[in-house]
Amino acid sequence: MVGYIAPSTVEEASRVLAGAAGSAKVLSGGTDLLVQLRSGRVNPDLIVDIKKIPGISGIRQQDGGFVIGAATSGAEIGECEPLKAAWPGIVEAANLIGSTQVQGRASLGGNLCNASPAADSVPALIAARAICVIAGPKGRREVPVERVATGPGRTSLGPGEFLLEFRLPKRPPRSSDAYLRFIPRTEMDIAVVGAGVSLTRDAAGVITDAHVALGAVAPTALLVPEAAKALIGRKLDETALNLLDKAAQNACKPIDDKRGTIAYRTKVAGVLARRTAAIAYQRAGERQ
Amino acid sequence: MSKRHVTTVINGEPTEFLCEPQLTLLDVLRDELHLTGSKEGCSSGDCGACSVTVDGRLVCSCLMLAVEAEGHKIETIEGMARGHELHPLQRKFLEHAALQCGFCTPGFLVAAKALLDRNPDPTETETRYWLAGNLCRCTGYDKIVHAVLDAAAEMRRK
Repeated sequence: MVGYIAPSTVEEASRVLAGAAGSAKVLSGGTDLLVQLRSGRVNPDLIVDIKKIPGISGIRQQDGGFVIGAATSGAEIGECEPLKAAWPGIVEAANLIGSTQVQGRASLGGNLCNASPAADSVPALIAARAICVIAGPKGRREVPVERVATGPGRTSLGPGEFLLEFRLPKRPPRSSDAYLRFIPRTEMDIAVVGAGVSLTRDAAGVITDAHVALGAVAPTALLVPEAAKALIGRKLDETALNLLDKAAQNACKPIDDKRGTIAYRTKVAGVLARRTAAIAYQRAGERQ
Repeated sequence: MSKRHVTTVINGEPTEFLCEPQLTLLDVLRDELHLTGSKEGCSSGDCGACSVTVDGRLVCSCLMLAVEAEGHKIETIEGMARGHELHPLQRKFLEHAALQCGFCTPGFLVAAKALLDRNPDPTETETRYWLAGNLCRCTGYDKIVHAVLDAAAEMRRK
């Protein structure tokens, strides 16, 4: 029989995770973990439910930016108006995960730590340059989101470590973001490609800062600096879009599977990057 | 490892149960508490037949451990009618013949009630998106959506 513990402090959680006899799994929303438990894909000796840790669920504004607790559900994220206004791309990405029922439980931290290459919130968080605060036996450390997943189902978290929260920086004026995913239907599917873009433009419409990230086209979601370079210093003109498209395609290292071939995913990555950038650019223009 | 003692409120009734930690809330609702209205369809969060609310939030009870219910308020399909008086959604499902085999119906009703509790006047599109996590293999969904919209209209008139 598996053990279950719901620690009420960060320190206790990392202590029980590090000291577990056998394997331990962190439980947040559980929408991935329970499926894996039932299928036998994971068989932990101990489940550590982090939801009783104060502050690990919920969103707060801090230093002009936001802190999102790792166990915050998609539904809570979708109901946070200030976050929606500042980071609509992150909110739309998180809200694409699963059904209404799944949104009620599935957490932002779980979406990252489950380490699916197709996780919807991850490209949006990477493009936002979100920082993860990771708690562990040696205290806390901060890493950018793209350094957490190392491959499908694998993360860089060490023994006793778990994700505590995401930090989002303060936004300059005329900044926004967007996330699009491609699936062959309108709802409830896994991304064939996902694209996140976050950018800032000046009063004349020239892009002064940009970050582009892609999902489902490599073993982990990718930050694509070449794609960002295509945007910076330009208005979102044909040259910028063509260079962005090409840079996004060049970054792809996808697999062939039932959802898409290598060639198809690569082409779609370029198209999605264009469309996502256009939405982010439009939104940024509306954020004086 | 021993069984866990869980204290919760189910359909307004303070309820305690003992369970092994790996059991889902759905397992305990059905097998321990004999609330068999919540159905097991897929056990992977795809079909919505096990839908319940936890503190008013719609969830799949198959994707939640029973021990996670500690201290929370659960509403199931058994709490929907008041005695013999059906909830308007239940009546409208009957009027519109929004069910055939009936297996998905409790999940649809719980999910639809959660929608109307939040939004008393949803559009058809909002209703269809909200219910995208509930699968029905019999009706083709149209009758279900019409029943929900009709129930919403009736509830707004009262």
